[in-house]
Parts: sequence; structure tokens; C-alpha cells
Amino acid sequence: MKITAKDGLLLILGMAVVTYLPRLLPMFLFSAEKLPSLIKRFLDFIPYAVLTTLIFPEILSSTAHPGSALAGGFISLLLAYYQNNLFLVVAGGIGAVFLCELLF
Amino acid sequence: MILPKEVSAVKQGSFFTGVKTGLPVAFGYLPIAIAFGLLAKANGLNATASTLMSALVFAGASQFVAVNLLATGAGLGEIILTTFLVNIRHLLMGAALAPRLRRQPVKVKSIIAFGVTDETFSVVSMYPAKNSNPGFVAGVNTIAYLGWVLGTACGSLMVKGLPALLQSSMGLALYAMFIGLLVPGLKGSRPNLIVSLIALVLSAITAWGPLCLRSLAKGWKIMLVSVVACSIGALFFPGEVNEDNS
Repeated sequence: MKITAKDGLLLILGMAVVTYLPRLLPMFLFSAEKLPSLIKRFLDFIPYAVLTTLIFPEILSSTAHPGSALAGGFISLLLAYYQNNLFLVVAGGIGAVFLCELLF
Repeated sequence: MILPKEVSAVKQGSFFTGVKTGLPVAFGYLPIAIAFGLLAKANGLNATASTLMSALVFAGASQFVAVNLLATGAGLGEIILTTFLVNIRHLLMGAALAPRLRRQPVKVKSIIAFGVTDETFSVVSMYPAKNSNPGFVAGVNTIAYLGWVLGTACGSLMVKGLPALLQSSMGLALYAMFIGLLVPGLKGSRPNLIVSLIALVLSAITAWGPLCLRSLAKGWKIMLVSVVACSIGALFFPGEVNEDNS
């Protein structure tokens, strides 16, 4: 369907506002000089929990076949464990998917 | 914490270091942004509209949802409310970043907050707190933003999508990056590893478990899984567990 230019602009501005607010508010809510240590520990764990749930299980549907995604993910995991170089981890994973889908 | 090699080797903190570090994010955004541009065009949003949306909203998942809702004839209010619900997870990420930026002026905080996405948050938060200065964070956010906006513009002007094989293999890029960011942080820390494993199990449960969990939007799943896993971590691992606490 087609929406009018005015509605389109309203939609985009509305989306922009409701997306920006959750990004902005915590910057001011959690800016105390000394946070309670329980909260600080909670916040420090967030990246690990968030990254884990971003990866799994969505990675399985990130490519054309779960099999190639699994192979790419496994290669990335190995490279991340032994190599510690982010570009290599990404390139290796993509390369593995590419080869998998080319060959099978 | 052990850091990706290219990260520890470069000088800390500058905008340019951030740009360099954020390159995998921009690279990973490109195929998704192109796909978004194409989908938007197919659903009646022209190149100007979809590029403007990417420039002002800068939140991939919700933009896809919005365009799909638009195609089903949903009203503006419904789409905007859904966008809010999908993006409310950024509250958690903003909270995790906030302590590092607490001494920055309002203007700096406001600019950096705009660029918080799943991916930029992941890259930035894998740095020791003392290394993350606002210039660095802004650098990561800027290159990611450029990848997203330019990719959208390209997609909305393209006649055909990327070749299927290329699209499929590049689909793994962001996930591979997440793995590359996560694994080094788990190697040196048992608490981090355990929190991550708890999150893994919970994430599987929210994906394949009871219908009431399965039917939640991904944004809520991320919040739910993270709050539970991090609460367990905070309660059962007292003391300073991460070396990057400063």
C-alpha cells in the first residue's frame, strides 16, 4: 500500500521519538557517581547476557540453511577462542558459510 | 578481560579508533540495510522515506517490523507503539553504558545515546571502562550509522537484491561478530561464563519453550533473559567479578 507523504513523515518522526527515549533515559537515570555494588554487578553482566541471547538461537536462521549457519558459527567460535582477532572471526565465519552453500 | 587483538594494539580512545573498531558493525549492517531498502520500496516507501527512516530511527529490527505492519494496513499509532515495544530493550543497554559516561555533559550523552544499538552496544561494552571515552563510542556509533543509512539508500535504489549466495553468507556477519566479542570475555571469567550459559538456556526456552514465552517479541525476550541471568550473576558472584571495573 501507499501512504501519503505527510503520514509517512509523521510515522518516521513518531518512530524516531519512541526509539530515542529508551536510549536516552538510562544515560541520566544510571549516572550516579557511586552505584550500589549489587546494581553495578548486575549492569556489568548485561553485555554477556545480551550477546548470548542475541546470538542464540537467531544465528540458526541467519543464512539460507541452518546447517551452513551452524558451520559458520562453529568456525567463528574456534577463531574467537584461539585467534582473538575480530576481523578474522567475522571473515572466517562468512567464508565457511559461503563454502558450505557453494559445495552442498 | 582479554580483548580482540586489533583493539588492544591501537591507541586508546580516539574517534578514529572507534571508527576502526566499529567497521565490522558497518560491514554487517550493509546486507541487512540493503534488504531493508528493497523491502521498504516493495511496500510503498520510496528511497527518500526509507533513507530518512534509517537516518532518524536507526533501529533495524523495528524498521523491518514497521514496514511489514505498513504493508498489512496497520495504523500509524499501532506501528509507533510496536516500535516502542521492540526498542524498549535499549533501556537495559543504555543502563549498562551509563556509568562510563556519567561525567560527560548532557550534550555528549544525548548524542551518544542516539547511536546505541544491539551491535554498537556490544562492541563498546567489551572494552575496559577506563578505555571507553566518548570520542571512541561516538566513532563506533558513527561508522555503524553510516553503514546503516548508506546501505538503506543503496537498497532502496537497487533494482535487484544481492546475489543469494552473497546475501546468505553475509547474513552471518553480525552473529560472527557477536561471537568474536563474547568469547574472549568468557575465557578469563567463570562468572561471565556462567551468566552466559544461563542466558543460553533461557534463550532456548524463550524460543522453543512454553507458548507464552515463545510468542513474546525478541526485544522482550532479550530483556527477560538478561534481567534473570544478570540478577543470578549479581546475587551469586559477590565482589568485583570483572577486571574492567574501575
